[in-house]
Parts: sequence; C-alpha cells; structure tokens
Amino acid sequence: MSDAKLWNVVGKPAAKVDAAALAAGAPLFTDDELPRNLLYAAVKWSPHAHARITAMDISEAEAMEGVHTVLTHQNVPRIMRTTAGQGYPEPSPYDFTTFDNKVRYVGDRVAAVAAETLAQARAAVEAIQVDYEVLEPVLDIRAALAEGAPVIHDEDDAHMPIVAPYEPGRNLASHANVGVGDPAKALAEAAHRITSEYECHYAQHCPMEPHIVVAAVDGHGRLIIRTSTQVPFHVRRIVAQACEIPVRDIRVIKPRIGGGFGAKQEVLIEDLVSLLALRSGRPVKLEYTRAEEFISARTRHPAVVTMDLGLAENGTMQGMTMKVLLNTGAYGSHALTVGCNCGSKVMPLYKCDHVGFLLDSVYTNLPVGGAYRGYGATQAAFAMECAMDEAAAKLKMDPLELRRINHIGPGDTSPIFKALGEGTEGVEQSIGSCGLAACISQGAAAMDWSAKRERTDGGRFRRGVGMCTLMQGSSIPEVDLGAASIKLNEDGSFNLLMGATDLGTGSDTVMAQIAAEVLGVTPKEILVLSSDTDVTPFDVGAYASSTTYLSGMAAKKAAAGARRQILDVAARMLSTSAEELSLHGGVVLGGSKPLSLGDIALNSLYAEKQHQIQAVASHTTKKSPPPFSAHFAEVEVDTATGLVRVLKYVAAVDCGTAINPQLAEGQVEGAVLNGISYALTEEYLFNKRGKMRNPTFKHYKIFSTGDLPELVTILVPTYEPTGPYGAKSVSEIGINGPLPAINNAIFHATGVRLYRSPFTPERVLDALK
Amino acid sequence: MPNHDSGASRGPTMRVDLTVNGTPLRLDVDPGEVALDTLRNAGYASVKRGCDEGDCGSCSILLDGKLVRACLLYAGQLHGRAVTTVEGLGTARAPHPIQRAFVEAGAVQCGYCTPGMILATHALLQEHPEPSEDQIREGLDGNLCRCTGYVKILDGVRLSAEALREGGKP
Repeated sequence: MSDAKLWNVVGKPAAKVDAAALAAGAPLFTDDELPRNLLYAAVKWSPHAHARITAMDISEAEAMEGVHTVLTHQNVPRIMRTTAGQGYPEPSPYDFTTFDNKVRYVGDRVAAVAAETLAQARAAVEAIQVDYEVLEPVLDIRAALAEGAPVIHDEDDAHMPIVAPYEPGRNLASHANVGVGDPAKALAEAAHRITSEYECHYAQHCPMEPHIVVAAVDGHGRLIIRTSTQVPFHVRRIVAQACEIPVRDIRVIKPRIGGGFGAKQEVLIEDLVSLLALRSGRPVKLEYTRAEEFISARTRHPAVVTMDLGLAENGTMQGMTMKVLLNTGAYGSHALTVGCNCGSKVMPLYKCDHVGFLLDSVYTNLPVGGAYRGYGATQAAFAMECAMDEAAAKLKMDPLELRRINHIGPGDTSPIFKALGEGTEGVEQSIGSCGLAACISQGAAAMDWSAKRERTDGGRFRRGVGMCTLMQGSSIPEVDLGAASIKLNEDGSFNLLMGATDLGTGSDTVMAQIAAEVLGVTPKEILVLSSDTDVTPFDVGAYASSTTYLSGMAAKKAAAGARRQILDVAARMLSTSAEELSLHGGVVLGGSKPLSLGDIALNSLYAEKQHQIQAVASHTTKKSPPPFSAHFAEVEVDTATGLVRVLKYVAAVDCGTAINPQLAEGQVEGAVLNGISYALTEEYLFNKRGKMRNPTFKHYKIFSTGDLPELVTILVPTYEPTGPYGAKSVSEIGINGPLPAINNAIFHATGVRLYRSPFTPERVLDALK
Repeated sequence: MPNHDSGASRGPTMRVDLTVNGTPLRLDVDPGEVALDTLRNAGYASVKRGCDEGDCGSCSILLDGKLVRACLLYAGQLHGRAVTTVEGLGTARAPHPIQRAFVEAGAVQCGYCTPGMILATHALLQEHPEPSEDQIREGLDGNLCRCTGYVKILDGVRLSAEALREGGKP
C-alpha cells in the first residue's frame, strides 16, 4: 500500500526541469543548432491520389544552380518496411519504401532534393518532370473492401513482418476476430439491445514544432541524426534498415521536442534526410511546412465503429460486440495495433462474459493513419460511450448508474485482456487499482450533474449535460522495455541518463522526482539527459502511455542501485554496516558522523577502493494497468444555427499516484482540449480527387484561448502496486472523452443524437431537422 | 507571399539597421527575406517557426513594443525599428517576472509556443496591468498551444500580472 506520507518529492510540486530555459527562449530545439555547410532539402509530393509513375526526368533539376542531390525511386534501393516507430518486429505491414514507382495519396513522396538554399531545393523540385498514369482512387472507407475495388498495394513485395492477417489484394491492411463466450446468443436473449454505428473523422496532431531532422556524416563516417522524435532508438534501427548501414554507424540525438502527440512516433523523414546527407556528403536539414504536416505526415485513423450491446432488465451487461472498420489510408502504419486497441482499451471497462470484436483495417487513397494520443481508444470510446448513453435512455436509467453497475473494479479481470493484444494475443491481468467510482462521484459533484440533468430547456438555446467513463493502459505488457542509468558526481549531484523521450510532457521532471525520492535528495540534484542513442540506455520511446509507469520504474531501480552503493561506501567510511545507515536530505545518517553525498563521492572517486558509483536498470512489465476517468460536458446548442458551445467540462482521472500533480493536470487539460477541438471544429475537407482542401490553421480550426470552456481537472489518487510509487499513466486517456461526452450532452439538450463527428453546425442542424 | 528561406541568400542584398533587445544590428538581407528567417539567422532562436502564415503566433515578437508575427514581415520592415524577443526579457537564471510566473504556473510543456505566449502576455500587461478574464483570453487568442489546454497558461498570465503589480518591472 501507499506510504505517501513518507514521500518528500513524489506527489509534491516540482518545477519542470527544463521550463526556465524554455521560457527564456534558449536554443534547445532541433532547428536551433545547425551545423556549418548545411544543405536544405525539399520533397516533391504526388498531386494524384492513385497513380503509377511511368517516366521521370531529373536532369534539369540536377543541373540547376546549388543542387547537390536528387533522390527518386530510380536511384534509391527498394527496401520494403514500415514508418511506424514500433518495437522490432513491428506489427505494421511492410508496405512502404523510401520511394516507389506508384503514388497512393495526394502528398505521397515522389522525389527529394538537397540544395544550397531552400529556394533552390524547392525550385529543383518543381523542375522534376514526372509522367503519371492516373488510376481510379479509393476514397470511401466503405468501398475499400468491395469486390472489384482498385487495389492500392498491388506490388508483390508488400508483406506483414509478424504472423497476422494481411490481404493487400483486397485492400485489407489488417484483420482481427476475437470472441469470448457466446456473444450472439447473449445479445439475442438480452432484455434490451442497442445497435448503433458511429463514425469518427481524420485529425492532425498539430504539434507547434513541425517535423524537422538534421543529419550529417561526421569525421568518422558515422551518421549523426538530430531529430524531433518520440522514438530515437526506433529511428536508429529503421534508418539503418532504410539506408542499408549498420546500427553502429548511426547516432540519434533527441533535443527538446515541440510536441508530438504520436505524430513523432513515426520514422517519417529521417530516412530522406539521412540518404541526402550520405549521398551529398554534406549536412542536410528538412523541416516540414505546416501544409506538409497536414498532407504528408500522419493522422488519426478515421473509423466506423458498430456497437451491439445486450443488457438485462436491471441494466447489467449480458453481451457486447464491437465491429471496427478502420481507414489506414495509403499505408498500414499502426493499422493493426490502433485497430486492436479499439477493443482492448475500451471493451474491458464493462464486465461482460460474452464479448466479440471484429476488425478490418482497410487501405484507401487518403492520408496515412498513425499513432495519435488515444490510439484507437478515442475512436472506439466514441461508439461505446454513446451506445451506453443510448442504453441508459432506453432503460430510463441515469447514465452514471448504468456505468456504476457495470464498470470493472479492483480485483476484476476481463477476458479481453488475454484475448486481444497488440496485434497478437494479449496478456491476462486483473485490475490492481481503480478509482473510477470516485471519479464518477467527484466529477458529477463538480458538474452539479443531478440538478443539471433535471433541467429541460425549450427555446432556441438549449443546455444539456452528458458524461462518459474511460480507461486506457500503461505501456505494452511483455513488449516494452525502459532502461536508465545513474551516476554520482563529486558534488552530490547525479546524472540520470534515460532512453525515455521527453517530448514536452515533462517526463524528465517525473524521472528526476522518482530518482530524487529514492536517493533522498531534491529533484535539482538529478541532472536528466534524454535521449541520445550513443549515451543513454535503450528505451522503446514515448508512446503507449508507458513513460512514467515503465521507464519511471527503471529510473527507480537504477536509483536504488546507486543508493545501495552509496550506503556501502558510507558504511566502510564509518566502519559500520550499511543496514545501520539511512539517506535523507543529501546526507547519510546513522553513523558516528553525518556524511554528505559529496564526501562519499570524493571518497569513492579519489581515496579508497576507487570506483564510479553508478547503476543501470531495465524494466519490463506483465501488466498494463489502466488509468480510469469520468468526463462530464455541459453544452449549449443553438437550435437556429446548430452551433454547439461547451460551457463547462469536468475530467476526473485516476492515474494512480500523480508523481507531479501539476504536470499530470497539464496532461489532462491538454488532452481534453485537443479532444473538444476535435469533436467540434477540426476536420479534414477533401475534394473529389482526394486532396485535402484546408491544410492551414486558418481552415483547420484548433482551439485557442478565446474558445476555451471552463475546464475542471480532478486527480483521484489511487495506488497501483506495480508502478513507481503507485503511478499509472495519464497522458492519453483525456483525449477520448470529449467526443462521447459532448455528443451525449447534445442529446440531453436537444433529444437528437449524432452518429458522425465532428459536431459542426451543419451536421447538428441537419440532425435537428 | 514572402519567400521563406533560411538558406544562404543569393543576389542583391539590402541593408537593415535595427536594434534587437537593445543591441544595434546592421544586417545585409535578401529583399524577399522574411523577418522570421532574419531573426533566426541572427541567432534569436526563441522566434519559432510554426506555420509561416501568421496563424499560430510562435514567431511573435515585439516591434517597438507592439506584438507582431515575424513570419508576416519582410526583413526590410525591421529597418529603424526596435525588436524585442523573449531573450531580451530574461534568462533561465535571471528570469523576467513573466517568465518566472509561467514556470511556476506550469504553463510550459513543450515550450515551443512559450516565447510567443510570454511576449503576448507582456504586450497585454503593458496595456492592461490588471486585465479582466476576457482581456486575457483576447490578448492570447492569436497564439496557439497544443500541449496545455491553455489552463495553466492563463494561470501564468494572472500570476504575471500579480508579480508585476507587486514591484517587478514590466
């Protein structure tokens, strides 16, 4: 159980370790330190959604002033792989090569140029002549699997690197079919049945810092890549694969990152910049424009999710099935795992013995899906939580009550945990900590739920409240690895080297707090470095809500190793045994005199039995303990225009112990507002030929301060026995709530339910008619 | 549309005299060069590139004290003017009260929008030392942040206003 009262650092405020430098505008990002003799890269993008390249002429471009290197499918080896920054072997189809003789969406790569100036590189891109045989595109997710549909991956070398269904010949990028018990029978026999189809839409992560990579070959012939990435070690491995050079010849440095949200869990342009640097012999930089972020980066996979719920007269869940049709776009990056997460991160929330899950991830000639905060749970929670609201309405129950009598709790398990993993079978687990009941009651109180549910408005402006409950996971069990190393310096400070990738979330600070707690010092004594593949230990990277839970445990173990060594040295210095000693406030107590960490470091480095006090530790997990959350939205619907305004939004979240409460709140607030913005205004608009029409912030509206509703965040502490100091994850779960909570509130306000997002005035007005 | 190019310029140049954070600078720039590139090339890394179209506010600077976006200005428009970037307010070890307030409030996550947010706050508090909630929201409305949900940024603005009223110099 929790010994929270004894903690000095964990759960307490601590300034984010990099915040002062960032607020001062210090040059900490990829673009802020550039090598000399830099070349600038530009990419030629496909204007067609589906076409074969029949001829290319790069001679004019190559002859242009300042141009050093032009890359196309004609001069770059074809190596089938994935851009998904996942562990090895990646559970994503190998359907991508650096350049292909076919283009599969508007914004697909055709060629890349490195030149002395960006203007020269862009001019050369324009001068490349390409002849296309334009093919019929697949632009409708529901048409992708139809008999006779154009085949998007008709090449014969696309394949799946793991054992999993893959049928590119009919545009099927992945498939899963899992059943437990007898869901068909349970549904047929249930007193009440809800069958509904919900469709959610494309979205962009919109990190304020676009993708940017600088690569250079150093004096030893090694490739040094400075990149804005969430996955430095996967970048190293995948660039080695793409460029056919050994891993040892690559060093990946992750400086400060200007936001990721999953967009940078993709090895998106590191291959291009590396090849240009290797071929030209000069350092090369490629920085995406904002339009390129929208068109040629990665997106949230749109999905059509069909829920079938069977409930008893008293509201208990008898059977449920979820059918997911996932649009992975032109390439299958994360197509299987995002799809599987639709089921595995949503269905276990409600206890049920008869469960079915069916996934088809399909190729279309539209932008490529990828990892995006929420990772499938966002898409599926929309369907599940709106269907639950439908069920509550049908049973004439308070939606809170329906959740209360069905949700999973401490000691419970779900057959889904074992049945459905990351593209393969999952891992059985029972719930250790669950504060969902408290999230529901505290959130309801903060929203004044009961009173607001009673109210019914007439007239033009109608207010309503809706809610939902959520779960996620914390890391990928039996897959993810985090590692840390720590060493003591002669002034009593420590260097903590983490492969775990702080992408702006504050994970370096969380790691510093965990190590400081173990070592009895303040977080200021812990100097965190993340990440550099030459220097820091391995970590899979910042994704799957793993960093605090998994890498945090690695930091805790490494710090414990250093602590043991410190006490051993101190015991020798004091002629006592380590068991007699304790470490608090940077001082070892319990001997004949207090010893500072500096005294101990100096002794070990210069005086007796000289050695470096240093420890390294790895951590993996057999569990992925879910954080839980209850969200409440209050909206006002203008029935004349269809405009929906969120007036107040409450998110109560159980993330176990919040190592740093301020940072944990910040994660929730950022995720929630991103989710609200996604639910109401963010939308990809396509023309008839599959081209995105609105690749700017002017026309793809993300929320700013003027749009901000009242946001209330409530941290509900629990203690997860397998996490560092009881911590679980917090960063992803918050984005999953707004779609269903707002939709359910619109229903409460107007009696009308939407089945397709976003809830723009046009769609709401249509539904009201 | 200005031609954004952080590569070395070619062709005829023009001379621009300006001050940045009080330091006089004489720069030879390409006539088509955008102020964002000019300032970044001159070493002011706090001026961030987020969209090149004036939509995100990451490249906000103060031009003669007024909040503007460097990506919408030609370098020539800096001639004879005084530019303030966030480097001119304070440093990590000797922060300006607004910078300190942003750190304390937890307003800094990835930090990419932070320089622009701090300058927007600076401009707001110059005009409204005791801003209303609406004035705060309006003052920062042109600066996008994807990390924080703005809650702690608004806390940072309120804390800044308090700190400045209590004696810090704006």
